[in-house]
Amino acid sequence: MIQGAVWKSVRQNPLTLFGGFVVLMLFVVALGAPYFPVHDPFSIDADAVLEAPGLGHPFGTDELGRDVFSRVIYGARISLWVGFVSVGIAIVIGIFLGAVAGYYGGWMDGLIMRFVDVMLCFPTFFLILAVIAFLEPNIATIMAIIGLTGWMGVCRLVRAEFLSLKERDFVQSARALGVGNLRIIVHHILPNSLTPVMVAAILGIAGAILTESALSFLGIGVQPPTPSWGNILTSGKDNLQIAWWLSLFPGLAILVTVLSYNLLGEGLRDALDPRLRGSR
Amino acid sequence: MFSYLVRRILTLIPLFFGITLISFAVIHLAPGSPIDVLADLNPKMTAEAKQRLISYYGLDKPLHERYYQWLRRFASLDFGVSFSPDRRPVMDKIRETLPITIVINALSLLLIMLVAIPIGAYSASHPYSAFDKSLTLFVYIGFAIPTFWLALLALILFSVQLEWLPISGFRSLDYARLSLAGKIWDMVSHLILPVLLSAFGGLAGLSRYMRGSMLEVMRQDYITAARSKGLSEREVIYKHALRNALLPVVTILGLSVPGLIGGSVIFEQIFAIPGMGRLFYTGVMSRDYPLVMGILTIGAFLTLLGNLFADISYALVDPRIRKGGKG
Repeated sequence: MIQGAVWKSVRQNPLTLFGGFVVLMLFVVALGAPYFPVHDPFSIDADAVLEAPGLGHPFGTDELGRDVFSRVIYGARISLWVGFVSVGIAIVIGIFLGAVAGYYGGWMDGLIMRFVDVMLCFPTFFLILAVIAFLEPNIATIMAIIGLTGWMGVCRLVRAEFLSLKERDFVQSARALGVGNLRIIVHHILPNSLTPVMVAAILGIAGAILTESALSFLGIGVQPPTPSWGNILTSGKDNLQIAWWLSLFPGLAILVTVLSYNLLGEGLRDALDPRLRGSR
Repeated sequence: MFSYLVRRILTLIPLFFGITLISFAVIHLAPGSPIDVLADLNPKMTAEAKQRLISYYGLDKPLHERYYQWLRRFASLDFGVSFSPDRRPVMDKIRETLPITIVINALSLLLIMLVAIPIGAYSASHPYSAFDKSLTLFVYIGFAIPTFWLALLALILFSVQLEWLPISGFRSLDYARLSLAGKIWDMVSHLILPVLLSAFGGLAGLSRYMRGSMLEVMRQDYITAARSKGLSEREVIYKHALRNALLPVVTILGLSVPGLIGGSVIFEQIFAIPGMGRLFYTGVMSRDYPLVMGILTIGAFLTLLGNLFADISYALVDPRIRKGGKG
């Protein structure tokens, strides 16, 4: 999918490279966390409660004396999981419904697109809150619900690609050769429509991480003691008057992570399709 | 124009049913019932008492029947009685809190427009200048920053370190005893951070949109015509380009409603503001079905109102839309 010209355009854009580099580092940090020489993010130390950043604890400690630096590092694992799984769910649903709507058209297209309209004008965050509170709040629920409420963009993209691709010569000739609908969809059209989906996925990961951190911050996301950037910020809010470090560092981690995914996604989009440059 | 309006409103009706139906189904299909929550709070509750509560709230009826009942009561704007211990009508609770949320959101929308439109327009008329580049940077950061984190940092700086502003709440405890000027300052000092911060979220998006819209307009023939007529660059930009670039931007405001009311949950929680977002949060935490359903409906209604506003402004701007057969 990434050809020479695209790579060249990516290479010339320092912002895209920066985004890609940080995303790569996040993978290393998240996957390698258990092997790093950092404190155990779960070990409680009654003698080191709410210590300001210093040599032993570069990001300070929280209200249970846990090391904030290692909790932020382990929080990267959560954000990685939530980002990829929820966007994965959204993409599967979006591709399926978008392909059906775009390929078959007619009443199915009408029905699916009206459904997309309803979902799009939903106050999504309200719905997510309601659902998660009625279910058990944990990481699996969060990933499912973010995915289930985030597929509409992909669905529209895929539908648009299918609408234009199904009239193209290579699809028509496949059909003339007697290739079945399913095979045309999966083998002929889909591979050609994946480029915009990939870009939407990378930008979607950024959105999913932001949503997860907001939910965990409200206490209905990832539950303590599992560290997530959002729930560290909750203890930051609870100790607002004493411990600024609990608020500063996890938020910085979210900012840098989301920024990097956005830079990578937009850089790739510009590289893949110069016509889209600057639009969002 | 009138027939266009009627058509738009007619298409919003099925949308409204779609939204309430999905909300209703999702809330009621979720495992766990509010009676369990009540029973957890009161371990002495007998199975019989539980059963009585279930039939009192109609929780034993099939889903479509409950939705039908809910719709019937909704027709008279009756959202039922809250499950919370005070047993007050949901509508009363919403009526008390909604104005606060609307005032804060309206103020921040106003602020967004006042700031985003000039900077978007300026940076489009000076593309690739230092100002334009810093706007791009600001937009990237604005899209990536969790605004609730920014709110925490602002509280630490202005309320804890500098002690300029109160930490939370809507009014001071001694509000009634303050002088008029004191009352005004009290309100301003409580509202300034929530309004500024919820505006920040929309600022990046709108200024980028404004910049794009302005760049688009600057490419049009009538701008070239205005220039060749000998008008000064100032007149071209502020009289001809800006007006036309503004129109799509104003319409997009209507579409930002769901984001704003979603965000109010977080802001009202952080700043302890007794608005609808905070009410929703408490309702969700105590599985207060009627309350949650009522607020979801109001939220959907406001969203549709925003959509309608966007549609109407599109039509006012572009005669092709209101005259065309398909809206």
